[in-house]
Amino acid sequence: MTSKYETVIGLEVHLQLETETKAFCGCSTEFGKRPNSHTCPVCLGFPGALPVLNEKAFLYSIKVALALNCKIQDIIKFDRKNYYYPDLPKNFQISQFDMPLSYDGFVDVISAGGTSKRVHIKRVHLEEDAGKLMHPAKSSFSLVDFNRAGMPLLEVVTEPDINSPEEAYDYLTALKAILQYLRVSDCDMEKGSLRCDANISIRKAGEKELGVKVEVKNMNSFRWVREALHYETGRQIALAEASERIVQETRLWDAEKLVTISMRSKEEAHDYRYFPEPDLVPFIIDRKIVEDIRKALPELPEARANRFIKEHGLSEYDARVLTGQIDLADYFEECAGEYANKKTLTNWINGDIAAEMNARSVNILELGIKPKDLVGLLKMIDGQSISGKTAKDVLVEMIDTKKRADEIVSSKGLSQISDKDKIEEVVREVLAKNERSVNDYKGGKKTAITFLVGQVMKQTQGKANPAMVNEILKKHLGE
Amino acid sequence: MEKLYSLTAHELKEKIDKSSLSPSGILDSLFERIASVDKKIKAFVYLNKNASSGIEKNRSGKLYGIPILIKDNICVKGEETTCASRILAGFKPPYDATVIKRLKAEGAVLIGKANMDEFAFGSSCETSCYGPTRNPWDAERIPGGSSGGSAAAVASDQTILALGSDTGGSIRQPASLCGVVGLKPTYGRVSRYGLIAFASSLDQIGPITKDVTDAALVMNVISGYDEMDSTCVDMPVPDYTKSLVKDVKGLRVGVPKEYFIEGIDSEVEASIRRSIDVLRDLGAKIVDITLPHTQYAVSTYYIVAPAEASSNLARFDGVQYGFRVQDAKDLIDMYIKTRSKGFGNEAKRRILLGTYSLSTGYYDAYYLKAQKVRTKIKEDFDNAFKLCDIIVTPTTPTPAFRIGEKTKDPLSMYLSDIFTISANLAGLPAISIPCGFSKDSLPIGLHILARPFDEETLFRAAYTFEQNTDHHKRKPAL
Repeated sequence: MTSKYETVIGLEVHLQLETETKAFCGCSTEFGKRPNSHTCPVCLGFPGALPVLNEKAFLYSIKVALALNCKIQDIIKFDRKNYYYPDLPKNFQISQFDMPLSYDGFVDVISAGGTSKRVHIKRVHLEEDAGKLMHPAKSSFSLVDFNRAGMPLLEVVTEPDINSPEEAYDYLTALKAILQYLRVSDCDMEKGSLRCDANISIRKAGEKELGVKVEVKNMNSFRWVREALHYETGRQIALAEASERIVQETRLWDAEKLVTISMRSKEEAHDYRYFPEPDLVPFIIDRKIVEDIRKALPELPEARANRFIKEHGLSEYDARVLTGQIDLADYFEECAGEYANKKTLTNWINGDIAAEMNARSVNILELGIKPKDLVGLLKMIDGQSISGKTAKDVLVEMIDTKKRADEIVSSKGLSQISDKDKIEEVVREVLAKNERSVNDYKGGKKTAITFLVGQVMKQTQGKANPAMVNEILKKHLGE
Repeated sequence: MEKLYSLTAHELKEKIDKSSLSPSGILDSLFERIASVDKKIKAFVYLNKNASSGIEKNRSGKLYGIPILIKDNICVKGEETTCASRILAGFKPPYDATVIKRLKAEGAVLIGKANMDEFAFGSSCETSCYGPTRNPWDAERIPGGSSGGSAAAVASDQTILALGSDTGGSIRQPASLCGVVGLKPTYGRVSRYGLIAFASSLDQIGPITKDVTDAALVMNVISGYDEMDSTCVDMPVPDYTKSLVKDVKGLRVGVPKEYFIEGIDSEVEASIRRSIDVLRDLGAKIVDITLPHTQYAVSTYYIVAPAEASSNLARFDGVQYGFRVQDAKDLIDMYIKTRSKGFGNEAKRRILLGTYSLSTGYYDAYYLKAQKVRTKIKEDFDNAFKLCDIIVTPTTPTPAFRIGEKTKDPLSMYLSDIFTISANLAGLPAISIPCGFSKDSLPIGLHILARPFDEETLFRAAYTFEQNTDHHKRKPAL
């Protein structure tokens, strides 16, 4: 990318809160149930039905807002956003317009390169989700599932503080980590519990005025957000370079063609005719409740990473990786409680374990290795029962069979041979069979010992303790 | 034999308690009456022939065995509820409104649904998709609206009790024009859950009855907190029958000068003046008061109410329930055709008005401004109630007008609510009671307003007036 231009990005994240019931009625929020089985007159927008705010959704919203360092409004007030769509039962959405629940926050984002950047949060507000339309193939009708209608959604909007697709990716990663720490959402983009839209514009480096912004939608993973923003940056720069006009519009990311496609221009934009929701009375937010929630906030990723560095002596990088996912951080700490060598532990978790999670596309919980079982494996290496190399194979076996390391090692006879007499016996045999190498060695070709070690290992199917093999060989060779 | 249909709820209740009169006897009497009268009045849009089934289990209920007619914008589980609109044709609510639940639990007999102006948009019952209801005192005249069916049915002894809803006068105006009692409770006193919304910040459900005592009986059942309605206030409900005392001595009665305006019918004005004299003679203290923002009430109302209505009625789109055209090409076409054919002209007019005033660029000038004026109107009442305990005004500027007289002139129709609208804007309780007749034998209503949640004083004043006059005893010849 040419450095002549600066990219300016603002992100809007919609987050489904994991309350048990919907935002304004008592229906269950459970995912994946039979269409329209979790509905009632309220979330179906039936005539005469009225909304009542779910207290849990309100408290969760405050919790997120505080974790994002936001100010909390004095009054909670809802507005109606009016537009027609068949997935919106009342043809208006209960949302918040001029008085969002919270505003003026920030997230400190640390990139993979270690640089830190503060992304400011413009507003966080609470609203209700819409239902889901389904278009059965080859049919002349559409179907609608209202199970999702009325689920509590939190909209988190950043200032245009983000200057590259990578920063956008890092911000989303940091945001997701915080939300997971708060245990208010599963942040699963595939299930739609976290959705992200981006506003992106470019301007000549050093300019103060913002360029014409384009809204990009339909990106259903963090990776696609990054790719779409890369594409869009390139597209806008190309237009600018060709002295063509960048149009204010909404574009959709096409994950197959890897391009953004124009959906609608600003001229066609809706007039949502916002006005205060008369069915929900505004109420004053009790400051004591806010302070109680603030006090009860859990340790967040950044604080935890710093503690890991201090307490466990981890590198900045290792600490960030481990604390980036709450389950991974919890896993590390549980292991660390029973295992003193934090460096080795970290290397295993961020190395072999991470590789296995990636290869299998699972998280640490789904991988199914209990902390005490990983510690068991590491202790077998330390106790010289198995070699480090064997341990890697044992780990894979543990994941595949859900058996403990000691069970696998004993059933497969993988125990390392540390018996001095046994090794002596094999060494004598090897030396007898390989006179030439022995002579080479004695004649000054010291590297010949590598071959002899290899022969001993071969005879023992790799189970001999390598350090002992070396020592005993050297003794016999008259060192 | 005594005509059971002509009695009040409290009279029937006494008979049920003392002489074990059976609810089915009352119903039979009513059904006979309806069969002979409603051809002319057309107050019913639905008559429930099995109304008494299942009421036996609520024998000890406060309204056990008493028939009540429900305005067609209040949801009754399984009974077609249309708001007198084509767009809700065939809609059977899957749930009972909170007031309906409470009535059922107290043994009331729901005899059917009452005609009304479409979605309560109107003051004459002429915008109903079923055609107009007629005034029992003169079938060539309108019964008022929008709860015209409820008021006409009570006035013509086709029901003992009725529920209406009041957004700008829709209970009180038809009660006045039909010569019966109509009460709009304080906003938040009665749950709106299950009332198909017209303007959410103004709507209240209330009783239309033959006398003040019956209104108190109904209020005892329907009032009180409901966790399904966030605008319903969690305050204890007094026993309103305890407020039925004949005593207004020392009660300060405010008479606002702004309500005796040019254009008010001279017979109406004379009736109200005489009523004020009655109260004075009974020991009340008459106080001249001013409500300076009164002249802005109608315009404020016609910004706020249509704005909320335009949003509330957006859900009637043919997707989930009610009427849907069958020949639509695509989604937008289906929306347009369904709504064009489903709504009547007045509904369309108000949807357009409201959509316009909420639009970007107009919101501040209209909706926001109207809300500010609304606050001023509320402040007028706050100030007035420092000087008086109740306020009396005419309910309507004229007695019932003729069918068709105002349908071509929406503005003059809107002005028939001029005296009732302020109570909705300010959220106050208000009642209309019979206070006289024109020389053409058309009823005239006295409008009494009280402080928020002071229905007790309202009942006390209304009851005292009623018990010292006999206008409520006069019945139309049918």
